[in-house]
Amino acid sequence: MSVFLDHASTSPLRAVAREALDSALATLGNPSSVHAHGQRTREILEDARDQVAAACGANRSEVVFLSGGTEANNQAIKGIYWRRNQADPNRKVIVSAGTEHHALIDPIIWLVQHEGAELVELPAARNGEIDLGALAALIESRGDEIALISLMWLNNETGVITDIAKVTQLAATKDIPVHSDAVAALGHIPIDFVASGLTAMSISGHKVGSPIGIGALVVRRDFNPVSLLHGGGQERGLRSGTMNYALAAAFGAAAKEAVAELEERQARMRLYRDKLESEILAAIPEAIVTAAGTTRAEHNAHIIFPGVGSDSMLFLLDQRGISVSAGSACQAGVLGPSHVLLAMGHSPEDASSCLRMTLGHTTTESDIEALISAVKEVHPQALAASRI
Amino acid sequence: MRVLAAMSGGVDSAVAAARAVDAGHEVVGVHLALSRMPGTLRTGSRGCCTIEDSMDAQRAAKKLDIPFYVWDFSERFKQEVVDDFVSEYRAGRTPNPCMRCNERIKFAALLERGLALGFDAVCTGHYASIVKDSQGQLELHRSLDMAKDQSYVLGVLTQDQLRHSMFPLGAAASKELVRKEAQDRGLSVANKPDSYDICFIPEGDTREWLRDFIPTEPGAIVDESGAKLGEHDGHVGFTIGQRKGLRIGRPAADGKPRYVLEIRPKTSEVVVGPEASLEVEEIAGSRFSWCGSKPQGIEDGLECEVQVRAHGESLPATATLKDKELVIRLNAPLFGVAPGQTAVIYEGTRVLGQTTIDRTERKSVASVG
Repeated sequence: MSVFLDHASTSPLRAVAREALDSALATLGNPSSVHAHGQRTREILEDARDQVAAACGANRSEVVFLSGGTEANNQAIKGIYWRRNQADPNRKVIVSAGTEHHALIDPIIWLVQHEGAELVELPAARNGEIDLGALAALIESRGDEIALISLMWLNNETGVITDIAKVTQLAATKDIPVHSDAVAALGHIPIDFVASGLTAMSISGHKVGSPIGIGALVVRRDFNPVSLLHGGGQERGLRSGTMNYALAAAFGAAAKEAVAELEERQARMRLYRDKLESEILAAIPEAIVTAAGTTRAEHNAHIIFPGVGSDSMLFLLDQRGISVSAGSACQAGVLGPSHVLLAMGHSPEDASSCLRMTLGHTTTESDIEALISAVKEVHPQALAASRI
Repeated sequence: MRVLAAMSGGVDSAVAAARAVDAGHEVVGVHLALSRMPGTLRTGSRGCCTIEDSMDAQRAAKKLDIPFYVWDFSERFKQEVVDDFVSEYRAGRTPNPCMRCNERIKFAALLERGLALGFDAVCTGHYASIVKDSQGQLELHRSLDMAKDQSYVLGVLTQDQLRHSMFPLGAAASKELVRKEAQDRGLSVANKPDSYDICFIPEGDTREWLRDFIPTEPGAIVDESGAKLGEHDGHVGFTIGQRKGLRIGRPAADGKPRYVLEIRPKTSEVVVGPEASLEVEEIAGSRFSWCGSKPQGIEDGLECEVQVRAHGESLPATATLKDKELVIRLNAPLFGVAPGQTAVIYEGTRVLGQTTIDRTERKSVASVG
């Protein structure tokens, strides 16, 4: 038996993405070439851009294809910071939160260490909600120093959704650009870039069922971040290098399908997720649903099992063919406490005792039932092993 | 049996795991993360739980087609092994961290956790053999290849631990053959160099490493009569029997080399003297354990052999258990043995037990550590 409930790490390849990829790979041409071969692959690339733009409510010219979420976040954070800092050297503050992904926080820390930036982290509540009152106060008191604000749309661990419209509304009072890491959001909740008021947004293909290695930075047409790469000037000068039209085609096809069936899937995920949480809580009353009571994604269940090391739980579930996730692992493979839970004020012990179960387009009711019975079965053993 | 194979990323543990698979056991590979910074890359010839070691272990496990995990024991390792290592040196003693790791981590924390998670045994790449006697009791013996024998560092194991241990390399004829076997099995670690250093001291310089933990207090180098011969910049890292690096200007009256005889942490004095003063006739310790069942006749004195370091020779002796102390009287004097070291006693190839040395007795002068 094999049960995959770790869609937030990467989601199974959609058949439409594979077909689009195969078909594009069979087509020869550099999209920048002016001859007929080049024009054919350019068309594939631009069709993909249309599909991705439509999937996230952006204009087609706002979609810049690149390798994925990490690159998009680096380009956005550094590119916006440099542009803003160039225009006004007093703007050194980057506002974000400790609950963000490392792919977002680490570029900011790099700017702090190398470029004199200042990171201000907004407080997160115990349930994962970001304190937007603190954001309002910060904009009020230090608005003229803020280079940019970056807050993720949907938290990849807890599933908590941030009110992006509210963030951009507050930022607009001082004309501050806002970026959002929407990697976990695309295809799982409705997102509309134009309506959001964002200046830039990161998205990634493999979270919606395309292969790994393709993503996009969505950037407003009237904002021009400083580019990380220099070369042929492709993709609005923001991503020099021959465009990967084949992966873009797969991304476009996957994003289109994911959004088309989103509403139906959300309803199904809610049923599954609620069943999963209620049955686990009934069997293990001390378990804590971290984001209970917040506005959160339907496909995400994030649960602390007090006193149970995530590694023991993951091991025992894996032995039963069930793939779920905990905090992030270091390169050597050691699970550390979740930095997201630590930022939410949980103890290091609880932050090392959580499981993230994320559902997706291939999830069935029998997957959920298998998970519930396995969690109930292994919990006492994992608890005993964790006492050692 | 369900077997947990501890895989360091080296060739021995990989071949041991492979043999356990061949024997028909259900094997799961586990790499122990022992460093506090498991993300670091290897710098010297060696480094425990670096990314490379973890990846090497994972590659070997995948070659054997067994599940693989990294388990974090860094907190326990720091408390039980590293902190103990530092405090032993601070007290002027010479600890063996590998034995401590076997005692507290591999065959304690890892084994207990394995048992709790449904495993029956821990398998390692140690060169040693487990033999069942006629009563069904288990005995630990030296490996077939005496040059690689590691029974000394396993001397701390108890009957219960032996019951849940597996050393498939005990019967290996030589390290070369183990490497050949690894090669034949397509294991990429076949030619990985052996590790000799202490895993958490990557540069291999214990004295230098200890400086970060123990403030160095300069003190006097004195002879046995107490006369000052020179100065040192800290007693930490001196070892009984050490000859080099004493930096005493004047030669000894007899012109012969001088050795560290004793370390006095309280006064930060290092006592040096002639080789003859290193002669030890008796060693004793109150912290001892039996590797298997308690040897018969130990209260009345048992003829045996004793080994005091991992790659040392074993010497004939008589071991007696009296007043809750294991006293080992050597047939011929032993040179340069320090409190803190472990004495393992053998009967032929069989490990009888071990004690951490608390005191050593010379012919005339007693040295209490």
